[in-house]
Amino acid sequence: MKLTVNGEEHELQAATLADLLALLDYEGEWLATAVNGELVHRTDRSRHHLKDSDRIEILSPMQGG
Amino acid sequence: MPVFYGSELRSRLLLGTARYPSPAVLAEAVRRSGTDIVTVSLRRETAGGRQGGAFFELIRELGVRVLPNTAGCHSVSEAVLTAKMAREIFATDWIKLEVIGHHETLQPDVFGLVEAARILAGEGFEVFPYTTDDLVVAERLLEAGCKVLMPWCAPIGSAMGPQNVPSLRAMRAEFPDVPLIVDAGIGRPSHAAAVMELGYDAVLLNTAVAGAGEPVAMAEAFAKAIAAGHIAYHAGMLEPRDMAVPSTPVIGKAVFS
Repeated sequence: MKLTVNGEEHELQAATLADLLALLDYEGEWLATAVNGELVHRTDRSRHHLKDSDRIEILSPMQGG
Repeated sequence: MPVFYGSELRSRLLLGTARYPSPAVLAEAVRRSGTDIVTVSLRRETAGGRQGGAFFELIRELGVRVLPNTAGCHSVSEAVLTAKMAREIFATDWIKLEVIGHHETLQPDVFGLVEAARILAGEGFEVFPYTTDDLVVAERLLEAGCKVLMPWCAPIGSAMGPQNVPSLRAMRAEFPDVPLIVDAGIGRPSHAAAVMELGYDAVLLNTAVAGAGEPVAMAEAFAKAIAAGHIAYHAGMLEPRDMAVPSTPVIGKAVFS
């Protein structure tokens, strides 16, 4: 299915958000995730099922003022 | 010392973490400044990337409180989602709320700011709004649930220093019990001292330290200027006069002619 991850389109199969993170080699307690503009808590990623055309944001800490 | 949302701080300087020559310089500048609050942000992490993790560890090792921002957000929905994602990562209800309204001046969109502040306060966030020196906007932010206000004194990164002292003074007078932090526009320690002399509770800086020739030394200079300005405000400063007033008493002065 088609998924947009951090603005880039991917064609891949991932049942849940947790599966997607593992597939793209994301790891670490410092990540925050959102699907279609809604926060998905860390603890909910393995229960959050993805569907075609979902937009996923994966953010991490950076320097800021 | 200042109290923000029930937390008493040791320092009146809040320091940004961006634009330092290296992580080591950032860490040393934070230590030298004596600050106990640093601002941080969020960005898209690349697949398999670990950049965020390295920065996360660095901040954790510094042992300071984190104030995440919503920098770069131009809409209410963007800012609200970014705030929620920041809370997920940093495990704090504090959020420096920025809703940018003008891409050249980075002037806040005060209408969106008030709306986003109301939403976030309703969801348990403790909002530090980056705002202008407009008193009516400030009032609306307080009504929305903000318990701290952060007016700019000049555009972000401009280093121009206080551009509208009467407005900053009016804000202090209008809200004597609200913690006020000047956020943005400070270029020099004398600018920071000047706003502290107006009775502001703290100053938030980034570029003025990070972009200095020696950021660590500049962090110390700002810490001292801010402390001096704060002491001066409470020590009772003289008002300027039009005419000279001799500082040396003339009573008993010898007359030679």
